[in-house]
Amino acid sequence: MIKNILNLGDAALYCDFGQDVNKKINSNVIKYYKKIRKLNIKSINNITPSYNKLIISFDLNQINFGELKDIIENIHIDNEESSSTKKIEIPVCCDEPYSLDLSELEKKLNLEKEKILDKFFKNEYFCYMTGFIAGMPFLGDINEDLRAKRLETPRVKVPKGSIGITEQFTNIYTFESPGGWNIIGNTPLNVFDSSKEVEPNLINPGDTVTFKRISKDDYLNYE
Amino acid sequence: MSKNSFKVIRPGINTTFQDKGRANLYHLGIPFSGAMDNRNYLLANKLVGNNLTNPVLEFALQGPLLKYSGEKINFAITGDVSFKLKSKEGEIEGNCYETYEINDGDEVDLLSTNKSVYGYLSISGEFDVDYQWGSCSTNTKSNVGANEGKKLQADQIINISEINNNLGKKRVNYINSKIEKIRVIKGTNFDYFSKTAISNFFEKEFKVSKLSDRMGMRLEGMTLENIKSSNIKSEGLIKGVIQVPGDGNPIIMLSDHGTIGGYPKIGVIISADYDRLVQIPPGSNIKFQQIELSDAETLFKMYEMNTQNLLSQI
Repeated sequence: MIKNILNLGDAALYCDFGQDVNKKINSNVIKYYKKIRKLNIKSINNITPSYNKLIISFDLNQINFGELKDIIENIHIDNEESSSTKKIEIPVCCDEPYSLDLSELEKKLNLEKEKILDKFFKNEYFCYMTGFIAGMPFLGDINEDLRAKRLETPRVKVPKGSIGITEQFTNIYTFESPGGWNIIGNTPLNVFDSSKEVEPNLINPGDTVTFKRISKDDYLNYE
Repeated sequence: MSKNSFKVIRPGINTTFQDKGRANLYHLGIPFSGAMDNRNYLLANKLVGNNLTNPVLEFALQGPLLKYSGEKINFAITGDVSFKLKSKEGEIEGNCYETYEINDGDEVDLLSTNKSVYGYLSISGEFDVDYQWGSCSTNTKSNVGANEGKKLQADQIINISEINNNLGKKRVNYINSKIEKIRVIKGTNFDYFSKTAISNFFEKEFKVSKLSDRMGMRLEGMTLENIKSSNIKSEGLIKGVIQVPGDGNPIIMLSDHGTIGGYPKIGVIISADYDRLVQIPPGSNIKFQQIELSDAETLFKMYEMNTQNLLSQI
């Protein structure tokens, strides 16, 4: 399933699973990610899955590229590896002042607000990866009619909880952070809990996410 | 209530608690962090007789002014740092890589790092700090780690939870070497750049931008022409990766870097040169040299042997 393994510098493996971004390729990345994690190889100090790549970094004091490449190439993947995934529902308010870019999106997509939201809330999304900032999920795929480019000038501060869309993806800003995605709403749910020593992420690669539209009242009274 | 402590009179520009960093969290979006210059971090702990993985204070450019209260302890400064120790007997200029006793009421004034960026302060004991995911390392961008994820603030108190009894004088002869060129292994998107861009990258000098910090080192100089696309599908990053965004100015990922990125990678700094890379101050010039993986592995072994050698002399 791994097409090619290159070195990324002298202390990481760059595993390529193919050119495209789709659920099948990403599921393979996640299967490998889970399997390698389970093997608990001490010399590995990070495994980072993304759409179609897996980066494995290691302690050069304990192992080198050639040795670890051999180990990874000889791993056998069973089909049950991807079994432990969750379904998560995220409440989202798309009223003012949370829908920062919705008016602009109407123009960009040539589609009315309500139609944009209908198409957005109808889909079920797959979590390809988490990261960039702690716990941020990269979810896909959004309806083809909703695919828009990033903002010309990224925001310096995107509010925590913002739901953004760009190209075939949607994400959730787990912290206030810079960012260039088109913001359509905000969730009152805490998607990343830094007080948790184990599993601080609510959403993990391979999980399925649906969004539920809530009113501003529900948003403000969310417990 | 801890009886040994420092009061922060002046916090310095960016003073944080650091240790070896936190591993195996990139998949959640949590950076590695940890001391930028690992060799100087290890030497700092060894000098004061600590476990090598203890927390230390890392400071950048201008360091803190700290007033001590409590029973006698040792401290050491590593890096290339001008500092003063002020006690009842007067004021002395301190040397790096040498331990000093500090008594109730004394002050340590870490004036500045010389032609470098980071310096380290260790004490014969343990700072009383919070750990998050196995490390105290503070990441001020995501407010993770010791000191509630923040850099040192004026007037705050740093408590010391434990002290050890290693009060003998210790020193090691070491001068932070500057290297002519920072060595690089070609990146996974080498073919995204024009021939001219690649020859410029390895032949011309770049300047370290003032916008550099613990997340990344931004470079100014020749802009590097991209012949394919200025975006790739977002994928994992590691420290030392050199990304080139659309404007053609390279950015080197440092210890607090974001875990994934979508710009083409022209190269990766070799592990053996990372400690020296991070010490190149803003405004200085930097030059790169391309080497092969096997050479990088040999250079790392030599660098590591050197570090172990220095540690064994203490």
